[in-house]
Order: sequence, then C-alpha cells, then structure tokens
Amino acid sequence: MSLQNILTNWSQYRKGHEQGGFHDYEHMWGMAVDLNKCIGCNACSVACYAENNLGIVGKDRFEKGQGMHWMRIERYWDEPNLAPGVSEEFPSRGASFLPMMCQQCNAATCEPVCPVAATYHTPDGLNAQVYNRCIGSRYCSNNCPYRLRYFNFYSYYDWSWPEPLNMQLNPDLSVRDKGVMEKCTFCVQRIRVAKDTARREDRKVADGDVYPACVQTCPTDALVFGDMLDPESSVTKLWKAHQVELGKTKQHKDNEELRGYRIFEGLNTDPCVMYLERVREVEV
Amino acid sequence: MKDINEDIKWAQINKDVLRSMENPRMGYWVAVATCIAMVGCAVLAEIWQYRYGMGYANLNWPHMWDLYIATFIFWIGMSHSGTLLSAILHIIHADWRKPIYRFAEAMTTFSLMTAGLFPLIHLGRLWNMYWVLPYVSDRGIWPNFRSPLVWDAFAIGTYLTSSALFLFIGMIPDLAICRDNARGWRKKLYIALSLGWRGDDRQWRNFRRTYLLMACFLIPLAVSVHSIVSSDFAMSIMPGWHITTFPPYFVAGALYSGCAAIITLFVLLRYFFRFEEYMTLSILEKTCKLTFAIAMVWTYLNLIEFASTWYGHDVAAKEVLLEKFYGPYAPYFWMMMFCGSVMPFALAFRKLRRHIPTMFVVSLFLNLGMWLERWMIVTPTLANAYHPIAFDTMWPSMIQWAIVFGSFGWFGLLFLVFVKVFPSVSMYEVKEMVYHRRTAAGKDPEVVLHHPHRRSDDEPEPSGGTPPPSGTPGLEGA
Repeated sequence: MSLQNILTNWSQYRKGHEQGGFHDYEHMWGMAVDLNKCIGCNACSVACYAENNLGIVGKDRFEKGQGMHWMRIERYWDEPNLAPGVSEEFPSRGASFLPMMCQQCNAATCEPVCPVAATYHTPDGLNAQVYNRCIGSRYCSNNCPYRLRYFNFYSYYDWSWPEPLNMQLNPDLSVRDKGVMEKCTFCVQRIRVAKDTARREDRKVADGDVYPACVQTCPTDALVFGDMLDPESSVTKLWKAHQVELGKTKQHKDNEELRGYRIFEGLNTDPCVMYLERVREVEV
Repeated sequence: MKDINEDIKWAQINKDVLRSMENPRMGYWVAVATCIAMVGCAVLAEIWQYRYGMGYANLNWPHMWDLYIATFIFWIGMSHSGTLLSAILHIIHADWRKPIYRFAEAMTTFSLMTAGLFPLIHLGRLWNMYWVLPYVSDRGIWPNFRSPLVWDAFAIGTYLTSSALFLFIGMIPDLAICRDNARGWRKKLYIALSLGWRGDDRQWRNFRRTYLLMACFLIPLAVSVHSIVSSDFAMSIMPGWHITTFPPYFVAGALYSGCAAIITLFVLLRYFFRFEEYMTLSILEKTCKLTFAIAMVWTYLNLIEFASTWYGHDVAAKEVLLEKFYGPYAPYFWMMMFCGSVMPFALAFRKLRRHIPTMFVVSLFLNLGMWLERWMIVTPTLANAYHPIAFDTMWPSMIQWAIVFGSFGWFGLLFLVFVKVFPSVSMYEVKEMVYHRRTAAGKDPEVVLHHPHRRSDDEPEPSGGTPPPSGTPGLEGA
C-alpha cells in the first residue's frame, strides 16, 4: 500500500535523493589521461562503440551533430604558422588530441537539473544514467560544460545494425530507444562483473580487476583507470604524483613542472578524470 | 479626451456586447478554418517527430533545446498581460482597464494553454511526461525537486488553474446577462456557468471579495511564474544563461510582450466587433504608454545585462555575448534589439499612438522582437558554451517551424471560440465605469439606467449586469 509505504519510510521520501552525492563511497572510480602518450588513433572510440552498443548514425547525421561517440578524440591545432593569407583547415602538423569521456563529476551539473532524477550519483562515485527513467528533457546535456551527453535522436536499432551486425551487440547492456539520454558509464557493466566476482571470492576489488573498453584498448597506455579510494592503485599514485586532488577548484602544486590538471576545474564540477598536459617542443 | 462616453445607456452596453457574440460572419469561419489548418500542420509535424524521433527537428548534439523552449517562454510571457491588466490595475484602481481586461485575461489563459504544450512537445519520451509530477508510487520514486523543470510544471499548473478561475469568476455577472438573453444550448450553458447569479446584495459582496482575493493572489504568482521559467536558465551554469538579473528581465519581457499582444487584439476586436464605443482611442493610448514604459524597463535590463557580462570578465560569458553581436545569430539579435528597443519609441509620439494601423503594425513588430529575444536567449548559448569542440550553429527544421506556427493557430482557435461564446468586453464593469464617470462629471447617474427601447416579451429583465451604484461592496444592485 502506497500510503503505508510513505508513512513507514517517511525520512527516505522526505530526503528525495541524496544531497550533493554520496559521502560514504564504496569506490571512487577515476581516470588519468596522459596526453603525451595519446597518438589520436581513435581505438578507444571504436572500442567504446563495440562495448556499449552505441548507435552508428551514418555520415550525414554525424555531420548534423547527431553522433553518439561516448568516447571522442578531439583534435586541436596549434596556430598554423603559415604565410599571411594562407590557411588550412587541417594543417599537416601541430595537431593535439584530447580524449574526452564523461568526467564523472562529483559535483555533476547534470544531476540536479534532471526533472525525474534519471541521472544520479552512485556509491561507486559514478554519475549514472537510468535509461528507463529518462524522459528526454535534455536539460542535463544543456548543463554539461563538457558536452559529453548524447541523445538518442532516432531509434537506432531500426537501421543502425543491419543483419548480421546485430549479432555483435553486447548482451551485457541494453540498446537504447529514441528519446533517451546516454553517456559514458566507465563501462559500468564491467565494474558490476568485477564487483560480483570479488564478492564471490570474498575479497576486495583489486587494482587491475576491471578496465573500461577504452583503457583496455589503448595501445600506448595513455589511459589509466582505477579506484581512487584504494591508495595502492596506479590511478591514485598518478594523481598524487601530479598533486591533483578531488574536491578543489584550483590545485596548488610545489612544482610547476607537474602536468596534471582537470578540465574546467574552476567551474567546481569536481571531475574524476585527470589529464596530463602534453609537453613538446614547438619548433618553427 | 474621454476614456468612455458617459452618456452610453446600460442597455446599449448589453446590446453591443451580446451582438458581438452572435451570428458569426463568413470572415469568422475563414479565420477558424485557417487556425485549424495551422494546428493541423503542427499535429502532423508532431506525429512525425513522435514516431521517428527528435532528430527530424534538426536538434543536434549541442543544440538540445531550440525553438520549442524559446516559444514556450514566449507564450508564458504573453500570459502575463492579463494579470497585469486585471489584477495589478484593478488593485491600483485604474478604471480604464475595464473595457479591455476581459480579453486580456482570456489571452492569459489561452497563451498558458499554448505554452504548456511546448515542454511536452520537446520531451524525447512524451509518453512518460507524467513522471515529472509527484504522484504516489509504490516504488517510492519522486521527481527531482531540485530541477527547475519540476518547478516549471508546478508553476504553470498553478498559474493556469488560477488564471482560468480568475477569468471565470470575473465573468459570472456577465454570464448571467447572457443567460437572460440566450436560447437553446447557449441558455443551458450559461445557466450552468452563471452559478445561479441573481445580482443581489450578498452575491455582489461575495463576488467583489473573491475577485479582489484572486487578484491579490495572482500578482505574486505571475511574478514568480516567470521567475521560475527564467531559473531554467539562471540555475544552469552555462555562459549567457547563468545571469542574476534573469528573473526581473524575464518578468519585464513577459509584461512587454503581453502588452504588445493586447494592443494587437485590441485593434482586431475594435475593428471586427465595432467596439469603438468601448475600446476607445484614449484607452489605446494609455495601453501604449504602459507598453512604452515596460519597453524601457526591458531595454534597461538588457543593457545592464550586457554591461555586467562585459565588466564581469567571465571569458565564456563574454564570448557568448560577442557571438550574439557578431556571430551567425547576429542578424536575429540586432533585429530583436531593433524591434524591442527602437520600435517602442513609436509609442512615445501622440500622433502615432492615435493612428490605429500604425499601432497594429508596431505591436506585431514588438512581439516579433520578443519572440526573437527568447530565441536569442536559448540558442546562442547552446551554440557557444564552454567546450570549443561543441561550437556549432544549427537551423531549425520544418518540423520545428511547423509546430511553432501551429501554436499560433491553436491560440487563435481558442480565442476565436472564446469571443463567440463568452462576452469579450466586461459588461458590468463598463457599466460601473460609466456610472462613476457620470458621477464624477456631475451628471445624473440614473439617466443611463433606463432602457431606451421597449423590451420584447421573450427577453426577460436582465438581472445580472447591474453592479451596485457605487464602488462600495454590498450596496443594493439597481
């Protein structure tokens, strides 16, 4: 009986959902991206498409900006040092790559604006998206400074995976229908498996038990993934080595040479992904 | 120049207003057919979008909102005029509002009924729209009360209910007049709607109290509704949206577009229903002055928004502002500035104010400017937010335009039905106004009470439309 339910669990109802995320995290999944190592090969993006059943929208719709690349490699160019009046859209050198996946912000701007609480913070420190609950108001995407949320503009299953491509769909997670927002989950289905395995074996999830598809695929190990609550994990060590901490809007570093930074840190989104700045000689 | 002819007989007022509700001419049916065709376009577009996905609206990855939300704010804004004219001017005893407030209130209700459709149309999964409401669910799932979209749902729901009630309550004495003069299905309808109004002392007393109470309730509500709509933007962190002055800016814009729409409808009603006796040039002038004042407030708020963005040195917000000035949306932005801030100066000149065709065209331009304003709030920010890879411009597809176009048809249809079923000029309040003006002019107020013609047998004594001879509640009706 609904009323009974409300009366007995009043405190739970009154709270609605968690204020400002969880405070007793089981895990805090985080990542470090070394831009020195990234060669812009897009293997992570391909792996993500395969792992997460991302809709393949086709060239026209991709150009219209309706692509679904949860993991995307952004290309930026240095100021092209060409003769005055000469410009190239894609210069032959001076490119930098920025792999962008959901930053799993601890103070995520997308969470408070969702009218139906379809996006929320899990005890794993992840910013989860509940497809079944989403009504497609798209407010979360508008409020994401990184623009890392993707909307199902069409029912991709109608034509995205023609026979026999439908056989390669990952059965561990759903194919989303039109009208639903989606985004990188840090391959939550893999995290789930790792946690279940660890529980069955009566141990904690160890560093290296679980990798998202992009991390697994990266040929140069530019992406490092792990639990930031585990002091021994490689990701924690990297963050420490570069003196980047969660919960800050500005990092104070002893050494100016340390390369770690988080994107749009000043907006106080508190992302769980650290980037290591690319260092190179810019000869002219 | 008088607001109204004081020598007009009360029976004449009844006659003129009741005449406007009868015998629709050919032009009326053409207008109804046009509106239905416009709504039809929108329905077809919506069916297509519902069936095949939002992608056909040309929405894309940074542009998750576009015309739907812009037009939603536009219609919400337009709904503020009725409250301004009825409630605020009622409370400050500006009696020139009396001949024109009824259609303004109807406009409020109907533009809310139009506005309310847009947040639903823009949902990706329209069929789950009720999830925004806090209904009791066994699974203990509530909406997210921190989300401005949930506040919107409450705000619009409350405002729609109360403005419809306000419209209805203010109409009861007039409905009684209609009841006394109607036959057939209309008779049945008005009997039900006039709630047994006899025009006796106790009823007038209760009526006045209720009306005043509703007016007092509506004013803060209207202000809060548009502030809440503005918090859809102000509560976000996006440059160009996250602006402290947005609530007053939205409220000023709302009153502005509402007033402009009042001028448009004023001209149309005056012309088509030959309401020259009631919707006088003097009242039009007063409305125009009010619009001009609000336009200047709006312009001022615009300028301080630019100034605070400029001197705030928030790089992203500044770039959005510059993009508005020079970027791909610049033509629309400057058109908005021209229509919103330069055109209203036409209202500052007495000669132009008194020229009805000019006022009609100007009011249309003002509303075009206000529509563009809403578009320029929503879209440039999406086009140039923080992350450079997502900088993009987008042109809305025919699906979006058809739905926006159809919303005007829907509003027009509701309004056309209204003017033929309900009195679009308040008879009892105009009588009251005539009465007060006569008293003030030192003429004998009793003269206008007498019926100029012999009443036919099937037309019973009108019982509803005679308010107490003074503003004090409780005096015996004439």
